[in-house]
Amino acid sequence: MTESPVQLYRARTAIHPRSVSGRFRNAKYAVLALAYGVFFLLPWLRWSRDVGPQQALLFDLPARRFYVFDLVVHPQEIFWLAGLLVIAALLLFFVTGVAGRVWCGYFCFQTLWTDVYMLIERLVQGEQPARIRLAKAPWGMAKLFKLALTHVLWLAVAFATGLTFTLYWADAPALVGHFFTGQAPFPAYATTLLLTVTTYVFAGLAREQVCTYMCPYARFQSVMFDRDTLIVSYDRARGEGANGRYKPDRELKERETRQAAGHGDCIDCGYCVQVCPTGVDIREGLQVECIHCALCVDACDGIMDTLGWPRGLVRYTSQNALEGRRTRLLKPKTLGYGVVLLIATALLIGSVAGHPDIDVSVRQTRNPLSVTLSSGEVQNRYTIKVDNTSGRPLRLRLVLDGLPGAHMTVLPSPELHLRPEARRALYVKVRLAPEPGQARRLKFRFRLQPQGRTSEPEPVSVPSQFYTR
Amino acid sequence: MSDSQEDVRKRGVETTGHVWDGDLREYNNPLPRWWVWAFYGTVVFAVVYWFLYPAWPVGDTYTKGMVTQSYEKADGERVTVPWNSRAAFVHDMQSGPEARKQRVWLERASKASMAQLESEPQLLDFTMKIGRQLFGDNCAGCHGAGGQGVVGLYPSLSDDVTLWGGTLADIRDSIARGRHGFMPGFEGALDDTQLKDVAEFVLSLSGVQGGDAQAVQRGARIFRGTAGGCFYCHTSAGTGNPRMGAPNLADKVWAIADVSGAGRYGAKVAAVEKVVRGGVHRDMPAWNGRLSATEIKLLAVYVHELGVAR
Repeated sequence: MTESPVQLYRARTAIHPRSVSGRFRNAKYAVLALAYGVFFLLPWLRWSRDVGPQQALLFDLPARRFYVFDLVVHPQEIFWLAGLLVIAALLLFFVTGVAGRVWCGYFCFQTLWTDVYMLIERLVQGEQPARIRLAKAPWGMAKLFKLALTHVLWLAVAFATGLTFTLYWADAPALVGHFFTGQAPFPAYATTLLLTVTTYVFAGLAREQVCTYMCPYARFQSVMFDRDTLIVSYDRARGEGANGRYKPDRELKERETRQAAGHGDCIDCGYCVQVCPTGVDIREGLQVECIHCALCVDACDGIMDTLGWPRGLVRYTSQNALEGRRTRLLKPKTLGYGVVLLIATALLIGSVAGHPDIDVSVRQTRNPLSVTLSSGEVQNRYTIKVDNTSGRPLRLRLVLDGLPGAHMTVLPSPELHLRPEARRALYVKVRLAPEPGQARRLKFRFRLQPQGRTSEPEPVSVPSQFYTR
Repeated sequence: MSDSQEDVRKRGVETTGHVWDGDLREYNNPLPRWWVWAFYGTVVFAVVYWFLYPAWPVGDTYTKGMVTQSYEKADGERVTVPWNSRAAFVHDMQSGPEARKQRVWLERASKASMAQLESEPQLLDFTMKIGRQLFGDNCAGCHGAGGQGVVGLYPSLSDDVTLWGGTLADIRDSIARGRHGFMPGFEGALDDTQLKDVAEFVLSLSGVQGGDAQAVQRGARIFRGTAGGCFYCHTSAGTGNPRMGAPNLADKVWAIADVSGAGRYGAKVAAVEKVVRGGVHRDMPAWNGRLSATEIKLLAVYVHELGVAR
């Protein structure tokens, strides 16, 4: 079967990025160190709590509690997670609108882990030319050893990643002990295996294909770009001149002579292409594959420094700036995202800070709503669930507010002793003598009044209603 | 597809070699390799599956497979059968973590008294949850999902009135043994005027206004005398007798005659008169053989909480 000119499928050509040093590379290493430090150490951070595990961050699914430092998240507060996701999405929109694919270039775990995998690759197999030679070399002991070592190290990092992720869901020291003695629960092994495999495949084998073909954010971020968005770009006007880029051979070494000959500052060294982790040529303009990691900026700046020419042939800029217009950052779009982001953040913080110590829900029996008793009184029934989320023992008493003349029966008792994290149901009957001209629906409140001395929480008052017929 | 044959030949795409009408050829684009291997994989999987699990029909039976499943039958006997989803389901229901947790609580509930079930918070929570299920499965068909009943047919359990006694023990006995409620019809024994008089008297017992004082007095004489004999069961004050399931006629609840649903006084009289004329005959089946003693106990506490418990 011979090659046809129209091919809808193209096999991946291996990318062997060259290493580079510079400002952005350093910034990326700093982010990497911070991210790895947080991710790998956080599950080991101990935290003192009166009730609950002594781990700073623990997502306890079986007990349905998320422990986040001093905050304990209960299932009924899971909408905070939705709030957090909304904020994350808005932050992504806002940052992308202003500064482009900052997330992709610096913070995305695909970028961070690929970076580490490339470091390992370089450590074992050497710099770019050596790696290309090795890839082309026939199979032999040396090649086998180097490749095997690379993959073993990759798998080790992948396993550490998978295991660390699993530690967030159980007590870390205990789980590690159980894990290696074969006593950990099945989900721990499954999660670790899944994360190990995906890390290995995505950061080791798939790499830039994840960003180019798999990642939805990569696609919709390019939709949020406008002409003022900060992008990594090649200054075509400066680089190409009138007659295009040209190598700095004997006649065209000085900038002035080049400019006189109509050649731009780009000496076509190709360093920017060699360092690119996604294998694009930044000089061809804005491309969907580009994750804006700015390594080509470092590469070009280094070359310009050696030549003694000004930096910035490849730089952070915007399409408007490239065309000589002003870059506007204060636009309705960015302002709008900014304002919505602030509002969402304020709402979430307000909700987290203001959540009560006692979670009370009142459910009225609707079948039947009201019942006439032998005495002629009317009875409504309620089930009240009380959740002590305060982290300390509570004594509460259920009281009726705003329903004069009503009597209440509570099973098991209107007095309630709640251990921390305990949940109880109260089965309540409210009776009221009917009066002529009474409204069908009377509004009143159930109040849970803390009993005892100091440092008690505020009473919790929950609205409810009484049906007289 | 729209390529001319010349293009096809130039591009050298593999064809099946068949030619129709002199120049029509068919491309031969093989399936992706991974797809083919995945397909072979499913074939191997299927063959292994045939040996392990029920698979092929043979005559009027089928190949049972080598995997087995054991579970406990209702009488406590442990059986092992060739794997089938029903046995697996029964096994899961018996040995799942929730089932084990429930068994512990059922054990605790079976040892506790009904008063304890009602007063100890955790036991009450358990009782209400299990009771709700039991009630829905066994009682709601007649008494309604919320125990509201049907006037004249099935007593309401959501009010504080009980025909056969309202203590926990009374309710448990009612569920366990069933009840047979009977009141004879007085048609023929009393004439129409007498029936209406009795009805007016019965209404006056619970304070319904609008009756003719003389009729009420005549009714009272029939009620309390041998002519009607109503007081044998309902007592002469009309307060009823839970030992025979005779309702209290002096309270505000009308369980059999639809007085609350009737509008004017005349309709109320007619509603009561209809009951006196025709009598009442109601049965509640016994649940002794169908539910365990513990289940009946839990159900009794649940029903008690529905209406009677103070």
